[in-house]
This record gives sequence, structure tokens and C-alpha cells, in this order.
Amino acid sequence: MEYEVVIGLEIHVELATETKIFCDCTTAFGGEVNTHCCPICTGMPGTLPVMNEKVVEYAIRAGIALNCEIAHFSKMDRKNYFYPDLPKAYQVSQFDLPLCKNGYVDIEVDGKIKRIGITRIHMEEDAGKLIHDQWGTGSLIDYNRCGVPLIEIVSEPDIRSAEEAKAYVEKVRSIIQYIGASDCKMQEGSLRADVNLSVRPIGQEKFGTRTEMKNLNSFKSILRAAEHEQRRQISEIEHGNIIVQETRRWDDTKGKSYSMRSKEEAHDYRYFPEPDLVPIELTDEQISKIRKELPELPEDRVNKYINDYQLPEYDAKLLTVSKNISDFFEQAVTSGANPKKASNYIMGDLMKLMNQYDDEAIPFDGDKLAKLISLVEAGTISQNIASKVLSMMYETRKDPAAIVKEENLAVVNDESALSEMIENIIAQHTKSVNDYLGGNTKAIGFLIGQVMQKSKGKGNPQMISRLLEEKLNKLK
Amino acid sequence: MTIEQLHGKLISKEIKVEELVHQYYEKIEAKDKDISAYISLCKDNAMKNAVLIQERINQNKDITPLTGIPMAIKDNMCTKDSKTTCGSKMLENFEPPYNATVVEKLESSGSILLGKLNMDEFAMGGSTENSAFKKTKNPYDLSRVPGGSSGGSAACVAADMAVFTLGSDTGGSIRQPASFCGVVGLKPTYGTISRYGLVAFASSLDQIGPITKTVTDAGLVLNATAGKDKYDSTSSERNIADYNEYLKKDIKNIKLAVPRQYLASGISAEVKDSILNAINEYEKMGIVCEYVDLKLADYAIAAYYIISSAEASSNLARYDGIKYGYHSENYTNLIELYKNSRSEGFGAEVKRRIMLGTYALSSGYYDAYYKKALQVRTLIKNEFDKIFETYDGIIGPTAPTTAYKIGEKSEDPLEMYLGDVYTVSVNIAGLPAISIPCGFDSHHLPVGLQIIGKAFDERKILQIAYAYEQQSSFQGLIKEAK
Ligand SMILES: [Zn+2]
Repeated sequence: MEYEVVIGLEIHVELATETKIFCDCTTAFGGEVNTHCCPICTGMPGTLPVMNEKVVEYAIRAGIALNCEIAHFSKMDRKNYFYPDLPKAYQVSQFDLPLCKNGYVDIEVDGKIKRIGITRIHMEEDAGKLIHDQWGTGSLIDYNRCGVPLIEIVSEPDIRSAEEAKAYVEKVRSIIQYIGASDCKMQEGSLRADVNLSVRPIGQEKFGTRTEMKNLNSFKSILRAAEHEQRRQISEIEHGNIIVQETRRWDDTKGKSYSMRSKEEAHDYRYFPEPDLVPIELTDEQISKIRKELPELPEDRVNKYINDYQLPEYDAKLLTVSKNISDFFEQAVTSGANPKKASNYIMGDLMKLMNQYDDEAIPFDGDKLAKLISLVEAGTISQNIASKVLSMMYETRKDPAAIVKEENLAVVNDESALSEMIENIIAQHTKSVNDYLGGNTKAIGFLIGQVMQKSKGKGNPQMISRLLEEKLNKLK
Repeated sequence: MTIEQLHGKLISKEIKVEELVHQYYEKIEAKDKDISAYISLCKDNAMKNAVLIQERINQNKDITPLTGIPMAIKDNMCTKDSKTTCGSKMLENFEPPYNATVVEKLESSGSILLGKLNMDEFAMGGSTENSAFKKTKNPYDLSRVPGGSSGGSAACVAADMAVFTLGSDTGGSIRQPASFCGVVGLKPTYGTISRYGLVAFASSLDQIGPITKTVTDAGLVLNATAGKDKYDSTSSERNIADYNEYLKKDIKNIKLAVPRQYLASGISAEVKDSILNAINEYEKMGIVCEYVDLKLADYAIAAYYIISSAEASSNLARYDGIKYGYHSENYTNLIELYKNSRSEGFGAEVKRRIMLGTYALSSGYYDAYYKKALQVRTLIKNEFDKIFETYDGIIGPTAPTTAYKIGEKSEDPLEMYLGDVYTVSVNIAGLPAISIPCGFDSHHLPVGLQIIGKAFDERKILQIAYAYEQQSSFQGLIKEAK
């Protein structure tokens, strides 16, 4: 039987506010345990929350950028459950009146555009972190994350493949980065996704029973977890088993998921309106002010790159997937780089390096790429050497000119040194020389390559080919 | 003596702050072994502050009507680095790392904190019998309860072991003990005094307020404690410079409503007589008093117990034996740690409310209970609003009876809950109300008259209360307390 997979995603994004959602504590990542907290975020008796207005503003920005309706009236609710990382024993979240709802985002998979519905976006506070102590006698709690503001973006079950899931998260992440609501650093956990997945025979309208995999924090794990869970469910069904509605834990190193607890015994969260906070009431003016001040979205930049920088659509789209890359590109261009050349370096060498190091951003600024390009344009280094310099820049963050100098990578323009190399190569490769002399002019390419290699890539290519031709013609 | 009188003596240097504070500690020493109003005293700090405050008076610097006045607060308001127990074993050794906003405000007014007062555990109860530590006695009759949950605060003022105190009122917890102890108790409009640092019972109903010997004093304490607080988003922006502004204004145009339902069944005959006398006094002053219907009063108790218990079940969930407070030694896993810490740390009444509230919020019951209760809340508000279109205040009894015997009702929670019948709807509607003494029953126990006002109309109810106080013979009632 043919099956279809149905996926819905919940994306948790940590907002880029400087302070927490209900107190003045910093949201900075890292820090000694339990140093970024106060009586309010640790839920001391008698303390009260006060809404950080920036949180509401960022959440509205996200709602607008993801094409949602922004509620004129919404409120916070308490989600009650006991867990040691939750000092009040309830999480302040939003239940029936979220700030944003009914949005969508368009994704592109295999050249096809697909619209994914967004059910709602709501605000909530993060919990602390359990640390298993080094003596193994129990768990310790770090409250630094408690009260860090989050938004949860809930999609409709519109996603039909693991690739679409990945593309959706990429798109949402990129938009959130563009509007400045979050840095979305997945490695630091500021963006994580829960994957709700079910399968059903193609043609069947009713959804299958779904499972949920929580806290996936890389594109790779989202993709792999979804693929794996899809296969697992199909195999269960084909073996005559039924799918249990449950939460599963994805182990990315083992490439497997494990059952955690079934929903039947899940909590009754006893949501009710948070009486310590006043409802959030917004006027049309307030919402449209935020709409007007919304930073440039990826689509805006794509258009700018095509129209102002004359980049091909392919380049424009690829460069704008991530705000980090797009910002880098713009820095390079502002610093004088030719847009197409900058684009080529980014899409080629730099993206390869980012992949290799699993980085979310390029570790140096775009003006350094502009400098590198100008070194090539001036003939100081060759195209090949430029790639080498780029990877050294990536590792050391040094200035390209400094690297060229330190590593002695400047083009060799010394005619006598090159002539000597050429004579040696001619002597060693008699077959190619004869081929050339016999009329096969293509053979010269090979010989140029050999000289280039001999010069460790630093020989001035124009000079090499001129000298080589002169010497070969003398042999005729 | 009242705040007003003592203020005069302090300013004229007839008495020094240290002497005054010392006198109060002597009184406490003499009386509190019988009354048991205090949970803890902070004598060292108070004596130290007395010297500093005297200095302020000598230099005539930053003097307020409360400067140098000895006072005490209910033990559910956080005092930095000193015990705040909420009358519970759960918080027996809890020392908050911060001060409640009211504590800061009282400190800057120059008043002197003598100690912290007994209460029903987490403010749940009407007799102060639910304290985990001691039973406070009514100064008028030591075999009787002082009311609750701010029983310590009311008994303390009645026995003059502090010039004034602060209590908290979620369903009558300031007014009812004030009524039982023959003192003045004011529950301001919800949002008037910051709740920051008041250990929450039911967040949408809790309100701090003064317990004093006179109406004027209540206004003075309100002046010092009210106001917008950036740490409490539910605190009101309204800025009222002097709550006593109307005290001496002409009262002739005032119209009062008397809800028929407040004088119908359930009220003791003697309390009813006192209230009817009070109404009579008002009429003699030329004030119009008319009977009205407050039909939803019957539903107020049910709505109140659902809303307050629901919020309490969530507010009290943080006491889990992990971060602070009582920690059971008897556990092998996390769930047991939770269960045993909470079972051993909370008293029976608190557990009853947590269970009631948890049930009311559970899926499948939410609509039938919690949601219904919120709807009733809106209807009750509307009913009050309607009355206030015509009347300036509503008067009636504070409680259906006078102080009862210790142990008399503690076995029957439902009967205890019915004692809140005249007070809870005020919290549900977020209104201000004051209880003032208006007579004695045949056991020489005080009766309280409740005056309810429009939201943020404290000045008017203080005016109405003051007018009665001036006419009646119950002024300075406290002298008669043992
Ligand atoms: Zn904090």
C-alpha cells in the first residue's frame, strides 16, 4: 500500500529581548548557573510577573511577517504542572486567545511553491534546566533560562514530507531572523521544533494516529527524525500493529526514536487565565505602527538583488535563505565587491565551509570578502589561491592581505623563475610537447597546469601561457 | 491611642519614638501570652529604627503622619531576610530575599514594624484557628475567635499591641475580624495597594488593607500604602492624594442602599438589631437609606469558593519541597517528595481548597464550575454597578454573627464558609468596603457595620463611616477590650 505522511510542526523561538519576559534579568546565553535570576523568575512567594512590552512587540512582528491576524484582545494563561525546572509549578503561556492566528508561509521544495498554514503564534516563558550532578546523587537545577521569552509557532498539518518539514522550518527561521525577533541559533537552543507526524493510506481523508517528537534542534535532526518516524509508523501498520499516540524522544546519534510516555497518562494542564497579568489590548494604530517599522523580509531582498544587483534569481534566493548570509553579502557589496563575484564566493567556497564546520554564520565580516575580491581583481593573487586564502580566513579570521603576505601567496611575476620551471616541464613531458607540436593545441592546457602546480598555484597564469607558447613555438 | 493622637505627641516631642516602641513591646509582653496575635517580633530592628526615626523627627525631615508610629503586619507580607510564614508549617522557616512593596512604603513613611501577625494558614479561614502555630484569641473574650484570616491583625489593634496593622482580604479577611474585634478594617478597591510581596492566596481577589482604631487612621494608612507599583501590573494608575479628603464634608446628599438579602435569613437577631440601629442613626443625620435587592448575593459564596480555590490551587503549587519551605525527609523519588512535602507541610483547610480548586479547573469540569463562576462574577459586578447608579454606598452587616467560641465551627467548613456571605461579593466585584464597630451583643461582643462603595470611591465610604463614628458611642471602643 502507498502511504502519505502528514506533519504538523510546533516551533519554539527564543525572542531576542535583552531581559526576561516578566523581570529585569538578562537573557544572555551561558553564564554561571543561577546567576541570571531573581525572586520573580524563580517564582518566590509573593512575587508577580510584569509583561515585557518588547516581547509582545516581537511576537507581533513574527505574526505580521508570517501573515497572521493580530488579536486586538488576548491574554496570558497558566499551564499547571509539576516539574522541578518549573519553579512556580505553572508556565505562563497563552491558551484560548493567542496573540496571532491564521497565518501562512510559502515554502519551495523541488522548484514548487507550497503554502503551509500557521494555526497560531503565542507567547510563553521558558523553564529552567536540570543538571545531573557530578556525584550522581540527584539532579541540580539551573534557573537561568526560567522566564526567557519564547514564542510558539504552530503549523497546520499541511506538511507532506520530511523535506517539506525542513524547508518550512528553514523558511520560518529565516523570516524570524530577518525581523530581528530572534537570532534563531539552533545550537544554543533558541530555535527548536516539535514534529507531530502521522501516516495514512493515500486517498484516505481521516488522519492517522500521530506521535510527537520534541525539542529537535537542527535541520538535520528534523529531517532524519521525520524520515525515520514515517518509516517506523508504516512498518508498524504493515505488521498489523496500531500506532499509539505518544511522545517519542529522538536520539540523533543513534538515529532512532524512543517512546517516552503515552498521551493517555499525559497531564491535565488545568489552564486558566493568569490573574496576575492584565489582558493584552492592542489598537489598530499600535499594530500598524509595528507593521510599518517591520524590517526587510527575505522577499524584499530577493527583489533588490535581482533588480539592483542584477543577480540571477537562483543566486538571489539562495543568498537570502539565511539572514546571516544575506547580511554578509550586503556588507561585501557595500564595501565595494562586485555582487556577482561576491555571490559566487558565498554560494561556492563559503557555503561549503559553513557546511563543513556546521556553522550558522560566517565567522568574519563581509568587508573582508570585498578585500579578497579586490586582491584577485588587482592580480595580486590568482583565482585558485583566492579559495585557499578564503578557507584560511574562515579558520583564522585574519585579513586576506595579511594571509597572502604571511603565507607568501602573491602571484609570481618573475619571468626568469617561471621560464626555468617551464623548461623543466617541457623536458619532462615530451609526449604532450609532441602532441602540441603535432597540431593538438589542447595539449598546452595540460602543460600550463603542470607549471601552475610547480609554482604552487602562484604563477601569473597569463605570463605562464605566454612564455610556454613562445618556448614551444621555438621547438617547431 | 490613635495614629492622629500619637503623631501630635511625637511631633511636639512629648514622647520619643524609642519610648513609644518600648511601651508597645511591654504591652505585647504583658498581653500577647493570652492573645497570641504575634507570630514573630523584630525588637532589635525596631529599636534601632526608632533611634533613626527620632533623628528624622528631631531634624524635622521627611515627616509623615505615620512617622514613628509602631505597627505590625500580617505574616503573609514579605519582609526581607526575616520570617514570613503565612501561618503555615510549609513556610515556617522561610525568609524572603526581598521586601513587599507595602513593607517598603511603610518603611519610608517612617513607621516602625514591631512584628508579624498570626493568620489562618495562607489566609484560608475565618477564625485564625487554621494557623499552624497558634490560635489567636479575641481580646473581648479569650474563649472566642478573633475572626480571620487576619485575626492576628485585628486582635493586635483591639488589644492595642500596635497602633495599626495591615491585613489582607480575599473574601472578608480584613473586615470580618475587624468586626469580631471591634476595630476598623478597610478593604480597598482591588488594585489600590500593590500585591507585590503579598504571598498569594487568590490573585484576582487578594487585597491588602489597614486595620485601625478609627476611620481617620484607616485613611492615613491608605495614604501611605496605596498607589501604582511597577511590580504589580494589576495595581491601579489612579492617584488619590488624600483618602481622608471627604471626611468632614457635608453628608446630607448621600444616599445609602440596604440589601434586603443581607438582613434576611442566617443573620443573628442581635446583629440585625445593631445594624437596624445604625441605619436609624444614619437616617437621623438626614441620610436617605433605602432597601434594595442584591439577588445574586446567594450565588456569591459558591462563585467565590470556586474562583478563590482554583487560583489557590495554582498559586500554592510552587510549595513542592524543592526550592524553599518544608521539605519532607521521607521520599525515594520525585513524586513522593512532592506528595509527602505537601501532605506534611499543608494543613487540612489548605488541602481542602487545593483539592476543590484542582477539581474545578480539571478538564471536563472547567466549564461547569470555573467558567460558570466567572460568569456569575460578571453578573454580580453588574448588579453592584446598577445599585451605585442611584446610591453612594451599600450598608449592612459585616458578618452574620459576632465572634464565636474557639472550636465551635472548626469541624464544619461549610458553616464557616457561610460566615463570609456578606463579604465575598465585595471581593468578587473588586469593590472597596469598610467594617466599623456599631454595637455590642448581649455577650458584650462587638458587631461590625459594613459600608461598601463604588470602585475607587474609598473617600466616600470613609466619609460615610466617619459620620457614623462621630455620632456613635463606639468611638475608641478599644479601651473596653481586655
Ligand atoms: Zn528574574
